Amino acid sequence: MSKFFSNIMGWVDARFPATETFEYHMSKYYAPKNFNFWYFFGVLSMVVLVNQLVTGIWLTMSYNPSGEGAFDSVEYIMRDVDYGWLLRYLHSTGASAFFVVVYLHMFRGLLYGSYKKPRELIWLFGMGIYLCLMAEGFFGYLLPWGNMSYWGAQVILNLAGAIPFVGGELVQWVRGDFLISGATLNRFFALHVVAIPLVLVALVFLHLVALHHVGSNNPDGIEIKKNKGPDGVPLDGIPFHPYYTVHDLVGIVVFLAVFSTVIFFFPDGGGYFLEQPNFEPANPLKTPAHIAPVWYYTPFYAMLRAVPSMFGSAFPGVIVMGAAIAILFVLPWLDRSPVKSIRYKGWMSKVWLAILVVSFVVLGYLGVQPSNGTTLGIGNTLLAQMLTALYFAYFILMPFYTSIEKCKPVPDRVTGGSH
Amino acid sequence: MSTDGVNAGRRSLLIGATAAVGAVGVAYVAVPFVKSWNPSARAKAAGAPVTADISQLEPGQKITIEWRGKPVWVVRRTPDMLAGLKRIEPSLLDPASENEAQQPAYAKNEFRAIKAEYLVLTGICTHLGCSPLFEPEKAKIETSWEGGFFCPCHGSKFDLAGRVYKGVPAPKNLEVPPHSYTSDKVLVIGVDKEHA
Repeated sequence: MSKFFSNIMGWVDARFPATETFEYHMSKYYAPKNFNFWYFFGVLSMVVLVNQLVTGIWLTMSYNPSGEGAFDSVEYIMRDVDYGWLLRYLHSTGASAFFVVVYLHMFRGLLYGSYKKPRELIWLFGMGIYLCLMAEGFFGYLLPWGNMSYWGAQVILNLAGAIPFVGGELVQWVRGDFLISGATLNRFFALHVVAIPLVLVALVFLHLVALHHVGSNNPDGIEIKKNKGPDGVPLDGIPFHPYYTVHDLVGIVVFLAVFSTVIFFFPDGGGYFLEQPNFEPANPLKTPAHIAPVWYYTPFYAMLRAVPSMFGSAFPGVIVMGAAIAILFVLPWLDRSPVKSIRYKGWMSKVWLAILVVSFVVLGYLGVQPSNGTTLGIGNTLLAQMLTALYFAYFILMPFYTSIEKCKPVPDRVTGGSH
Repeated sequence: MSTDGVNAGRRSLLIGATAAVGAVGVAYVAVPFVKSWNPSARAKAAGAPVTADISQLEPGQKITIEWRGKPVWVVRRTPDMLAGLKRIEPSLLDPASENEAQQPAYAKNEFRAIKAEYLVLTGICTHLGCSPLFEPEKAKIETSWEGGFFCPCHGSKFDLAGRVYKGVPAPKNLEVPPHSYTSDKVLVIGVDKEHA
């Protein structure tokens, strides 16, 4: 039986690099043995991606992408299609889970310097994935054709309208109509279901190929390939399969337990995963009392609102919001530290990273609050402006504080790693 | 990585147990995806039984009712038509309706109906699915024709009880759909006689 199987593999391998590819990416891919909690989120991102693709395909079987039929088709899925409610909740909870997992995955990069040479390209592909993910979420959110879908799309599309000279024409071109209508919905459907998923899958593939080409980083920021044994295997490396395939299986199961708890007990996420106004059909004549984008965009939304209009244009806010995302792309070149990992950087890097996290989270909170409110006695707009400044400071000052701070000596061999 | 000190038996047990539990998990996950393909509540509602009033049906007349997107014929047969059913039997492939799949038990009789006078058939040819034409006139299709249905697509012939002729492309008698009578003149298609 085993001889039969190895004969088949022999036949395949003479025609296709099957075993070779498996060995390169899995059984002979030597990953550092000291991966910690933060290293689960890459594989969890892939699990959520597969979930979104499969549940998305199934939803497309019953969804109607027309202005007249969309909202009703979602109710049809929820009530009339066998297990339709479960497919829908898997997809909507999955969308929020995707951002939780991706933000934590990106944070790992900030912690351990995973974006530093020679991994800059991995970081750039990852940023491309992040941008596609935000676009995917934006297009997908219009599809239920609820009132928040409509008005959220209205607000964001009008941002493009703030671009001087071409803004108005551009918005009309994106909408395909004089207002957000079935034309807009149908094209957003095509982009959400086909175009962006294709780009996403391609970028994920490139992201992994780039990673495997240079090898994974680790919490100590040590290059394990610098210390190889007589057989050429890094001394601090262990084969991804079976060690990390099994290890990640545990992480996946824990994730699925949490994911399932949300889906079966509070799929609307307290009003943050499925928003209240969206339980009503889109109404061009009635704006919800409180428009805010979905929680995963709120930090950037808070920055957008914090910037005052200048010269009669709201465009500066758009620039600042765009810059907040764009600056992440150049991170590999802002970090001048001789060490990769936060474990060995000086106190300034630690303080600034903490400031970044607090700013981002509080900005996220402010994004769902009315801009004229107050938080702990400070006006929300002023607070958002201060936090936006601090967010940018993390990046803009980085070339300075990473150059001048005193780092700790980095050991030759990794610390930790019980494998 | 040496394999000294590896407890192979323990390893096999753990891998086997994990695979078994994993397989159960995969089965559970597959269920909603597979079941979501079943007809939805909306489809089932659209496929609900249809009631027809046959009080206005003249002897020798056929009406067509739609049920689940299919044409269902109701023919009020004359005594002469009923007599012709016996005469045509030698030309038929399955005169005694031996093929149980083509009619409910209560229609497995010489008239293939609950009431001899009223024939209820699904008007879809058992060859490739065209809807045959009603040809009640004697000697119309061929000299021995006692009346029946003729399918124009590939020439299959059925008698006035929906039974298929020998030597035609169709292999089975026309299907009798589940039906019952809530009163003398009210026919319900889609509900079997014992559940009426």
